[in-house]
Amino acid sequence: MAQLKVGDTHEAVMVENVSRTHIVKYAGASGDFNPLHHDDTAAKELAGYPGVFAHGMYSMGLTGRMLTDWLGPLALTNFGVRFTKQVWPGDTLTAKAEVTDVQDGIATIRVVTVNQDGESVVEGEAKAKVG
Amino acid sequence: MAEPYKFPVDLSAIMLFARSLGDIRPEYSDPDSPEAKAIGGVVTPPTFVQSSAHWQPDYPLDLTRPRKGPAPKHRGDDGGGGLGRGLHAEQHYEYHHPIHAGDALTVTTRPGERWEKQGRRGGKLLFSETITEYRNQDGVLCVTARSVGVQTERAVDQG
Repeated sequence: MAQLKVGDTHEAVMVENVSRTHIVKYAGASGDFNPLHHDDTAAKELAGYPGVFAHGMYSMGLTGRMLTDWLGPLALTNFGVRFTKQVWPGDTLTAKAEVTDVQDGIATIRVVTVNQDGESVVEGEAKAKVG
Repeated sequence: MAEPYKFPVDLSAIMLFARSLGDIRPEYSDPDSPEAKAIGGVVTPPTFVQSSAHWQPDYPLDLTRPRKGPAPKHRGDDGGGGLGRGLHAEQHYEYHHPIHAGDALTVTTRPGERWEKQGRRGGKLLFSETITEYRNQDGVLCVTARSVGVQTERAVDQG
């Protein structure tokens, strides 16, 4: 188990230059075939977006990978996010974590994933078992 | 409350889900790897339970799924993202017990809270929660998921 203390940080680039192929691969794996995420015409005409954007859960999934790459696949006890901005084709996402509390073997970790302009796309919190 | 449904956790589905997130961890794909053996077999990424959508009979966000009878009407109030004006606002998981490849999960969902907020650029925002529980073949609760969906009166840039 990871040894963590308050103030510890971790960050990693999770995807560079998000492509429609990345988005479609996530759609197929997750089963979420909302046309907003793969059909430009639908994204424009159905909802007035400039085009397709990635699933919020794609960004959350990448943020989760940052946590499991760092802490292992069975460390998390909680993980929650708010979706703060859409991820568009061409974006590069960096996931960041900071330990804000450690108590009774559980670390509380603030997470934020940002795009290439430093704008957050997801913000949230995880809790993980630590040694 | 919707009818519970079965969600068999298949090794290939886990591998494909992990791969879609750029994750090549052997614990998500190779039962013979020392890493997977050390933790009792292949396990699942933190957001894997989203792929229960493939097994959810009335899942509204796959309009081309072959079905008997008409596609379910998307009401935009199921707590997830939605077609058109619906967006996924928040997602939260509690992890109680690991999910392993080969598990036969049962999925139950129920509506949670609903609330309304005034949007920053005018227009009402309607939020609704869905709580989903994933139990394994031994009846052990593995994951509790809480999804918050929001319906907007017009397309908005989130945030």
